[in-house]
Amino acid sequence: MDITFKDVSYIYQANSPFSHKALEDLSFHIPSGTFVAVIGHTGSGKSTLIQHLNGLLTPTIGEVQIGDYFINADKKPENLKELRSRVGVVFQYPEHQLFDETVAKDIAFGPKNFGVSEQEIESRIEEIIPAVGLDKQLLERSPFDLSGGQMRRVAIAGVLAIKPEVLVLDEPTAGLDPRGQREMMDMFYRLHKERKLTTILVTHSMEDAVRYADHVIIMNKGTKYMEGTPEEVFIQRDALNKVQLDVPEVIQFINSFEERFHIKIPFKRQSVQELAIQIQQVLKGAESSE
Amino acid sequence: MREKFIEFRNVSFRYGDEQPWVLENVSFEIYKDEWVAIIGHNGSGKSTIAKLMNGLLYPQEGEIIINGLPVNDQHVWEVRRQVGMVFQNPDNQFVGTTVQDDVAFGMENRGVPREEMTKRIGEVLKAVRMEDYLLTEPHRLSGGQKQRVAIASVLAINPNVLILDEATAMLDPRGRKEIMQTVADIQAKNEISLITITHDLQEVVQAERVIVMNAGKVWDEATPREIFTKKDELREIGLDVPFIALLADELKHNDVSIINEPLNHGELLEELWTLHSKM
Amino acid sequence: MNNMMIIGQYVPGNSLVHRLDPRMKITIIFLFVIFVFFANNVASYSILTVFAIITTAVTRIPFRFILKGLTPVWFLIIFTFILHLIVTKEGTVLFELLGFKLYTGALIQGFAISLRFFLLILITSLLTLTTTPIEITDAIEDMLHPLKKIKFPVHELALMMSISLRFIPTLLQETDKISKAQASRGVDFRTGPIKERLKAVVPLLVPLFVSAFKRAEELAMAMEARGYQGGEGRSKLRQLKIERIDIFVLSLFILVIAGLFLTRNY
Repeated sequence: MDITFKDVSYIYQANSPFSHKALEDLSFHIPSGTFVAVIGHTGSGKSTLIQHLNGLLTPTIGEVQIGDYFINADKKPENLKELRSRVGVVFQYPEHQLFDETVAKDIAFGPKNFGVSEQEIESRIEEIIPAVGLDKQLLERSPFDLSGGQMRRVAIAGVLAIKPEVLVLDEPTAGLDPRGQREMMDMFYRLHKERKLTTILVTHSMEDAVRYADHVIIMNKGTKYMEGTPEEVFIQRDALNKVQLDVPEVIQFINSFEERFHIKIPFKRQSVQELAIQIQQVLKGAESSE
Repeated sequence: MREKFIEFRNVSFRYGDEQPWVLENVSFEIYKDEWVAIIGHNGSGKSTIAKLMNGLLYPQEGEIIINGLPVNDQHVWEVRRQVGMVFQNPDNQFVGTTVQDDVAFGMENRGVPREEMTKRIGEVLKAVRMEDYLLTEPHRLSGGQKQRVAIASVLAINPNVLILDEATAMLDPRGRKEIMQTVADIQAKNEISLITITHDLQEVVQAERVIVMNAGKVWDEATPREIFTKKDELREIGLDVPFIALLADELKHNDVSIINEPLNHGELLEELWTLHSKM
Repeated sequence: MNNMMIIGQYVPGNSLVHRLDPRMKITIIFLFVIFVFFANNVASYSILTVFAIITTAVTRIPFRFILKGLTPVWFLIIFTFILHLIVTKEGTVLFELLGFKLYTGALIQGFAISLRFFLLILITSLLTLTTTPIEITDAIEDMLHPLKKIKFPVHELALMMSISLRFIPTLLQETDKISKAQASRGVDFRTGPIKERLKAVVPLLVPLFVSAFKRAEELAMAMEARGYQGGEGRSKLRQLKIERIDIFVLSLFILVIAGLFLTRNY
């Protein structure tokens, strides 16, 4: 489903002494099937943004369009529930939402609320469990007996079982160890490809944004600060540093390399291997030209 | 020879008789004023080590000595005075209703007189650059600010060791930077040993020595530079390697002769530059 | 949602009332609540009303804000008034409408009772409006101090209160977060039959309890690591001190009460 924000502003506790503008004149368009990374500091409006994607919040001004659903100050879609069954949200530390007696029941909770048949739910669980890297034997265990990493996977399975078309991920790897982070991001990327999802990833990791995203939106103080492909956005070091964001380490290195050697290596999302070969060639080139 | 401050002698620990061992025959030493990073994947036993160090847990086997005192019921309160600890979740260790109350909490527990407390509160909040937030309530602070207050609270009782048990794990990059800057300042100014338990490679690189934990055992113990030469082995036990170390490795595969193990951009560029000018 | 309700809400300020010792405030309010019931004529009611109004003015919290904040209580006050108009049958009949007789006594008594009610609410809400919850806790701890002799856990009670206060905003945020997560999984907290809505609360309450227990456990560990061993031998950063201004205000209040007793009917 395509996602469009049209001049969206959101004000918390409007008309009170505590009112606070969390989003201001935000506009962007995300075509269906895109993997988007949303980056910004705490308080930049990221979490307010994602809560507009399934109607948890309604814009104070402006309009949000998700597929055929329109959300603006005057009208929420009548079938909000239907929208929520098509936009799945994995919140930060999603393991905090677990509550049911068994893993299986907790995963089934979402689809059941959306009226999916028992039989269908069962086959979905069957499919989802290996996909999120869990063991089938855990299905009848209490989710509270599992390790932190396993609980996180169960919670994610609970969202995936809804079979959303849009998947919103709010820092899904926070608190995991490096291997856990890598496995989880690879899993989301695989699902993104296999199910042709539209994925919106809120992250602090520039590295993840470079590795997985087609499109990057940088948020600052409730407004869109920059937008574009990772190649376009991340080479703008000064602009990013101005809002206290770093560029990915690869680009930091390419930049300092250029400053030292006065030779430009263009950033093309190359892997470490590719970069090493380029540097080697540059050095060799310097050798042969002398 | 540096003075020993913390000593683990053949320590084993498990949460119950039926439970698997979390730590098995762990021995190491940490010296006075040293900065040690402890790394390991989740569940490798690294946080248990922290809790053993100030008597929040006791080992079933082996002995732990802090500044000459064995950690046991008799000495535990003295040990806790000497070993300060900052935990992972910024919210769940903030006891006071305001910043100054939280910093006072540890001193109140030890019966520090009120005038002394006020003086110390001013000093330690300045050290973590939170002096403008004396009367602020916790829910108006960012995660990084809360953790800085937690560090100040620990510093207020003049510990000899500061343990950060994944204290930056729940923070955003800005909060992380704040904490690491604060910690580096403190280490430079005070005579204090620092133990950071972490996944963050930037934190590891800053330490003098690294203890790598895997499956409840000490897997390796060396300087960061030495540790990060073992890239594939580290990967195997679920850990990461800094980007620069990876790049240096790839360059070596491509016949670019990197001699020293560079850990930061400057070091690698320096090596390349030397090569370049030799050519 | 809660900006309509001001009872229990603290409005920061630096007025005389804000700065008074919380023990003094609690004492004065306690006495006021008792003495309101002694007022029984225009003069005595006036004295108390003037006192309440002046005190409110001194806080520099806008009257309108307080009156608006008391909206839910207004209904009760008006209800009380109307009830008295209907029930009381004293004095002369003022007028008669469709068989209903309005007596002068009813009017007077309805007014008096409503005023009394209003004064009570106003004065007690001034306490929370001008005193931080932690100051109230400190005051309670101090005032209950004598009970320590009979082994009443005064320190523990105060610590519990202050920790609860500290965690209220944290738990509110958590509630919001979990309810949004469950709403995203198709829970509907707002519509549907009562039975369904009650069932919808389970996925909210279970995670909240789990998390509260986890927090408690971690907090206990953090407190222990920072040397907490109970109330024995502890010093205190927060100290309450009776200043000259407190004595002055108390004297003023005693004069008001004296005025009340001089003017009331016997």
